[in-house]
Amino acid sequence: MSTGTQIDVVMPQMGVSVSEGTITKWLKQPGESVARDEPLLEISTDKVDTEVPSPGEGFVAEILVQEGETVEVGTVIARIGPALSAAAETVGGPEAPVAEAAPAAPVPPEPAAEPAPPSPPPSVPSPQPQVAGNGKTFVSPVVARIAAEHGVDPSVVPGTGTGGRVTKKDILAFIDAGASMKAIEQPEAAPAPAAEVAAPPVAPAAPVPPAAPVPPAAPVPLAAPAPPAAPAPPVPAPPPTPQAEPAAAEPLAGEQLEPMNAMRRGIAEHMRRSLDTSAHVTSAIEVDMSRVVVLRKKLKPVYERDHGVNLTYLSFVARAAVETLKDYPWINGEIRGDHIVTRSFVNLGFAVELADGKGLIVPVLRNAETLNLLGIAKGVVDIAQRARDKKLLPDEVQGGTFTITNPGGYGTFHGTPVISQPQSAILGTYAVVKRPWVVQDELGNDVIAIRPIMNLTLTYDHRLVDGALAGRFLRDLRQCLETWDEAAY
Amino acid sequence: MAELTYIQAISEGLRQEMRRDPRVFVMGEDVGVYGGAFKVTLGFQEEFGAWRVIDTPLSETAIVGGATGAALMGMRPVAEMQFADFISCAWDHLVTVAAKQFFRAHTPVPIVVRLPSGGGFSGGPFHSQNPESSFAHIPGLKIACPATPEDAKGLLASAIEDPNPVLYFEHKHLYRRIKAEVPEERYTIPFGQARVHRPGDDAVVVTWGAMVHTASEAAEQLAAEGFEAEVLDLRTVVPWDRQRVLESVRRTSKVLVLHEDTRTGGFGAEIAATIAEQAFEHLDAPVMRVAAPDTPVPFSPPLEKAFIPQVEDVVSALRDLAAY
Repeated sequence: MSTGTQIDVVMPQMGVSVSEGTITKWLKQPGESVARDEPLLEISTDKVDTEVPSPGEGFVAEILVQEGETVEVGTVIARIGPALSAAAETVGGPEAPVAEAAPAAPVPPEPAAEPAPPSPPPSVPSPQPQVAGNGKTFVSPVVARIAAEHGVDPSVVPGTGTGGRVTKKDILAFIDAGASMKAIEQPEAAPAPAAEVAAPPVAPAAPVPPAAPVPPAAPVPLAAPAPPAAPAPPVPAPPPTPQAEPAAAEPLAGEQLEPMNAMRRGIAEHMRRSLDTSAHVTSAIEVDMSRVVVLRKKLKPVYERDHGVNLTYLSFVARAAVETLKDYPWINGEIRGDHIVTRSFVNLGFAVELADGKGLIVPVLRNAETLNLLGIAKGVVDIAQRARDKKLLPDEVQGGTFTITNPGGYGTFHGTPVISQPQSAILGTYAVVKRPWVVQDELGNDVIAIRPIMNLTLTYDHRLVDGALAGRFLRDLRQCLETWDEAAY
Repeated sequence: MAELTYIQAISEGLRQEMRRDPRVFVMGEDVGVYGGAFKVTLGFQEEFGAWRVIDTPLSETAIVGGATGAALMGMRPVAEMQFADFISCAWDHLVTVAAKQFFRAHTPVPIVVRLPSGGGFSGGPFHSQNPESSFAHIPGLKIACPATPEDAKGLLASAIEDPNPVLYFEHKHLYRRIKAEVPEERYTIPFGQARVHRPGDDAVVVTWGAMVHTASEAAEQLAAEGFEAEVLDLRTVVPWDRQRVLESVRRTSKVLVLHEDTRTGGFGAEIAATIAEQAFEHLDAPVMRVAAPDTPVPFSPPLEKAFIPQVEDVVSALRDLAAY
C-alpha cells in the first residue's frame, strides 16, 4: 500500500502553545533518498529548535517551504515520494517527481490485521500502514499527561512504538534515567493523584482553596511571583542558530541531570536574545498608593459580588499604564529594522508563572485601551488562569506591545526584568509596603505619615526610549495612580 | 472441597438454596420429570416434589410472567429458559413488568432467570447467542455471567438473594469443560466485583463468561514472549466493576475488551466508552475490542469458529496493543 503514494511532511506541533515554526535547514534536498526517521530538516519554533525526522521512506519529491520561511503547524512542507521499489517510475529523474499521485490522505494508524510480532526480529520493513507525519508527532494521552507532569518534551524521548511513537514505557524509562533528582521534588508536582479523573473541573471564578495542590489561583497578579522577565512571544524571524540536542555531560558526584524542557529552552533562548538585542536600562519610582488602597477596599467586594472578579492592585496599575501609554507611543512601540513602529492600541502582556513553578508564559490582553478597570480585572484573571490551565489559544500569547511583570508577591521591592522582544519596555510592579512618608499638612508643614508605597520599575530599550522619556512616563503613571479618578476609569 | 464441573456447581448451588429456603422453587420447560435440557435439575423433583420443580408449558411468557407473580406474592422463583435465545419471547414480562415493577409500585420482584447461553457446539442461530447486552440496557435488571464453577455457585446464591430480577447467564460451552474446587458450604459472591483471573501489567483484557478462558489462554501464549496481560473477569455485567476496570486501565494503559456477543452495541462498547470518559489520560493506545461479527451465529463448525472470538484473535489484538 505504500508504493505509488506520496507522504506529506507537515510542520509538527512542538509544544502546547506553538502555532508555527520556521524552517532553519533542509538536511535533504529534492531527489535525495531518505529513510524513515532519518533527520529530514531542522526547525525552530518559539519554544524549541529541533530536527524533524522523515515520516517515511523514499526520496524527497518536493520541498514546498524554503529555509527561513515560517509556516503554521500542520502545513505541508515537503513530500516524500515512493521508495525505489518503483524504480521504473523514477527513471525519468527525480527532478520530475511523481506528480500524478494525489497527496496521500492521512491514513489513521489503525492497528489492523497484521500484528507486529513483538519478539521475533523485525523482518518486515513496514508492517504498519503509512502515516502522515512521523510517530513522534503523535502522543498518546497517557504520554501527554506524564510529559506535562514531568515537564518533558515527548519529542526528545526515544520511541519504541509503531513508527517511533513514544510509549508510556518509553517516557517512564526516560524520566527514570534522566531525572533522579526529580524524585525529590516531584511528589507535589503530580497534582492529580489519578484517583478521580472526573473531579478537576474547577469553577473558573471560584477562589481555589489554599489546600489544593494547585497554584495560587484567584489572587492572580499581586500574589503571583513572576520571574522578572517574559518568555518568548512568537517572533517573525528567529535568528538563533538551531542547536542539535547537546549530549548531556555525565553528572559529577552529587549532581543530578535533567533534560531541559522545550519551554525552558524557549525562555533561555529568548532571555539571552533580548539582552543581546535591546539596550536595557531600568528606572524606578515610588508611588503613594493611598488612594488606590481606599478605592480597592471599596470596590473589591462589589466586583466580587457582581462580577465574580478579584480586584487586585495589578489591575489598577495596568489600567493606569494603558492610560499613560497613550502619551508615550514609543514606550508602546518597537524597533523594526530601520523603522520605529507605534500603535493606536495596547496589547498588554502579563508574565504568569506556571503551576509547577517551572516556566512562565506571557498571555496578552488584546486592545487593553478599550477596557475599563473592570474589564482589565476580568481579563487578567481570565488569561492568568487559562495560562496556568494551559488553555491559552496560540493567538493569546502573541502580539503583545507592552508587558507588566509582577514579582511583588514575595515582597520584593525592586527588580530589573528582561524585555519581551520585540517590545520596548516592561513595567515591574512590586509589593505595596507601609512606609513613613513625608507629606505636608493643611498648614503647609512637613509631617511624617504612614503611607502604602509601591515601587514601580520601567525597564526600557535605550535604543528607542531615552531616560528622560522613561522618567516622564513613570512620573505620569505615578500621577495617575496617586490621583486616581474613579469616574474616569 | 469437592471438584465440580461448572454445571455441577450450578446444580449444587441451586439445590443448596432450595434446601435452605422454602420460598425458592424452579420452573421451566422439562425441568421436572426430565431434569432439564442440560440436566441441571436432575433429581430435583424427587427431592423437592412437583410443586417446587414445576414443568411448564412451552411458553416463556408464561414462565417469566408466572415467576414474576410468584415473586410478588413472596416467593423466590428460579425460572429456566431452555436456551437463552428463547428469552425474547419473555421480553415484555421481563422488561416492561419485572424490571419496572419496583420503580412503579415499590414491590420488589426477586426472580432469577437462568439462561444457558453461548456457542461453540454448532447450535446455530437460535441456540448459541449471548444476549446480555440487550438486557444490560434495561434499567432494573441485573446480569450475572459466571466464568468458573466457584463463581457459578456463589453468584447463583447472590442472584436468588437479590431483591431484583436477575438474569443468570450460564455458558453452555463451560458446562462440562471446566472443573474446579468448589466450597461445599453455602457462600455468596457479591455482584459488581470483578476478579483477576490472571495477573499482568502490560495490558488488561476485560471480559466475562467463557471468554475469560479464551483470554487466559491468549495471555499465557504472550507471557512466553514477555508480555503479561491481566485478564479481568467482570463476573457481573450489571452492575459492572467500573472502579476495578479503571484501576487496571490506569496501571496498564492498554485495554482490550473481549466478548462473545456481537460487536455493535455489545456491552464492550459501554466499557470502552466509560474508559474513554474517565481514564482518557491514562491510555497509551486506543481501547480495542474483540467480539463476534454482526451476524447470526452460523451452524457450520468452521464458520462458527470464525464467528466466535478465538485464542488467536485475542493474541493478535494483544500483539497490536503491545506494538502500538
